[in-house]
Amino acid sequence: MMEEVFSIELPVGERLLIPKNVIAGREPESKRLTLVTGIHGDEFEGQYICYEVARRLKQDLSLLKGTVEIYPALNPLGLDVAQRNIPKVNMDMNRMFPGRENGTPFERVAAAIVGDLAGADMCLDVHASDIFVKEIPQVRVSEEFAERLLPYARLLNTDMVWLNASATVHESTLAHSMNMLGVPTLVIEMGVGSRIDRSYGNQVIEGIFNLLRHMGMWEGHVGNVQEPAISTDGEVEFIRSKEVGVFLPAIAHNHYVKKGDKLGEIVSPLEGETLDEIIAQKGGLVFTLREYPLVREGSLLARILTGVE
Amino acid sequence: MYKEEICVVKSPCREDMVVHGYRFGKGEQSACILGSVRGNEMQQMYICSQLVRALKELEANGCINAGKSIMVIPVVNALGMNVSRRFFGVENMDINRMFPGKEDGSTTDRIAFQIFEKIKGYTYGIQLTSFYMTGEFVPHVRMMETGYQNTSLANLFGLPYVVVRKPTPIDTKTLNYNWQNEMTAAFSVYTNKNDTIDEKSARQAVAAVLRFLTRMGIIRYESHSGYISHVIMEEDLTDVHVKNGGIFKGLVSPGEDVRYGYLLAEIIDPYEGYVKETITAPTDGIVFFAHTEPLISQGGIAYRLIHRLHE
Repeated sequence: MMEEVFSIELPVGERLLIPKNVIAGREPESKRLTLVTGIHGDEFEGQYICYEVARRLKQDLSLLKGTVEIYPALNPLGLDVAQRNIPKVNMDMNRMFPGRENGTPFERVAAAIVGDLAGADMCLDVHASDIFVKEIPQVRVSEEFAERLLPYARLLNTDMVWLNASATVHESTLAHSMNMLGVPTLVIEMGVGSRIDRSYGNQVIEGIFNLLRHMGMWEGHVGNVQEPAISTDGEVEFIRSKEVGVFLPAIAHNHYVKKGDKLGEIVSPLEGETLDEIIAQKGGLVFTLREYPLVREGSLLARILTGVE
Repeated sequence: MYKEEICVVKSPCREDMVVHGYRFGKGEQSACILGSVRGNEMQQMYICSQLVRALKELEANGCINAGKSIMVIPVVNALGMNVSRRFFGVENMDINRMFPGKEDGSTTDRIAFQIFEKIKGYTYGIQLTSFYMTGEFVPHVRMMETGYQNTSLANLFGLPYVVVRKPTPIDTKTLNYNWQNEMTAAFSVYTNKNDTIDEKSARQAVAAVLRFLTRMGIIRYESHSGYISHVIMEEDLTDVHVKNGGIFKGLVSPGEDVRYGYLLAEIIDPYEGYVKETITAPTDGIVFFAHTEPLISQGGIAYRLIHRLHE
């Protein structure tokens, strides 16, 4: 059943509408899982996940106990023009939570979303990196909430769970707001902006049904689910560019490297020169790899999960 | 006057973006003034350029006090200005949400870090900046409520208002907040414009900064005493929202004294031209902020009023 979470009248002939699909199984009031995506308008991985979860649930509705609510477009204007931030105001929606009921229109949108998600037994917030780097399927959990969230995060069939140190600025995210309200909220990252990787999507979808089963909401089949690597910040090696130029990777994403392996090079199109060779200082899994070719000093090239073979 | 390189940002496709600073006087780091950090802060850049001009003349006349030095950085995001983008680079990052920056972080982290390293030791920090809501303000000095804020000092700019804002998590990455945490007395100066230049309010801002520097014993400059500022907590402002989206026809301007029930604006249907809504003042007060764009969404803030204050 389609419902309107919030809407406002835009200046010229249109509405900004946040929709959700309420899929109710047996005993719909017993448990409620919410699946949200599209906070960033250049991330589309969540669109496939929403579609496939909704399709499978509707196909076998008798196997669902409780309610799954799907919010595919929290920033519909951004998605419509493939712009990460909210168009026109140019603000990152995921730095506006918990919003304000009497604030600007978009602060009201944020407050309405928080209000609608409140009371859920679980919230999954699906992201797709950005247009610059590709990520393996992973769950990101703030250390502040790790004890409560880690058991759920392990169920989601991702390759990795990354326990992040909290930064004050992250208090403005949807996940932080919902966790503070007592709704366990997990941030799922995968793929790259502006694209859909169906294999990554299918992997996470299996995890979502696995989570539903553990919550007592799904009585249907669930495929094989892997145990993720659990990492803390200390085990993640950030590799940033020291030069400006064009990054040419020498490895594939989601591969293991050894110390001394060449990860790529920075080249100068003007001079026809190699400016820097990027060599792994530690071995591990390359779980983040740059997709966008132009780099400045400081641009993220790769992240390696160390301590794994 | 010495022109210095504050920060150099290399580009893969074009020449380096250099952030320049202009130093006046010699001695202790007394005051640092920062202009446009975002690519649409034209007014802020213009004010700083006029400050450079004025300070150059004052220095030539021996009016910078002995043992005091002033740094002015008119523009940080020159690329943004030249390509008409508010934020920096392809990542579209707001440099004023990256302070204090990180030496080994992302590109914008590094820009913020390099700038902050050069400007964090000053006694007074003045940033000419813009707000996330687009519109026009009454000229004012804004400061974060960090526990270190000093509204009495802000009063010395002689602008009509001083506004104190309770910081939200997102504010903790601004220059103003981080300057205060490093024990610099930090002030954000707002005039009525951002992406266009208004000569009158620019002159008012230049005079306010020079007045402040004089009162702090950094320069000698004869100027009008300005206002005794009215101090406002931001949460005490009365927001006037619109109930409909449409064409916004504002009828009052920042600084105007309005009475309860006074007609403030009309919302016009964009297709058929009729008045969909009339916006009236919910209280007596002074218009502090006015929406100025031709369009507005339902729920948008048309005005912010200083409740029950009169001219």
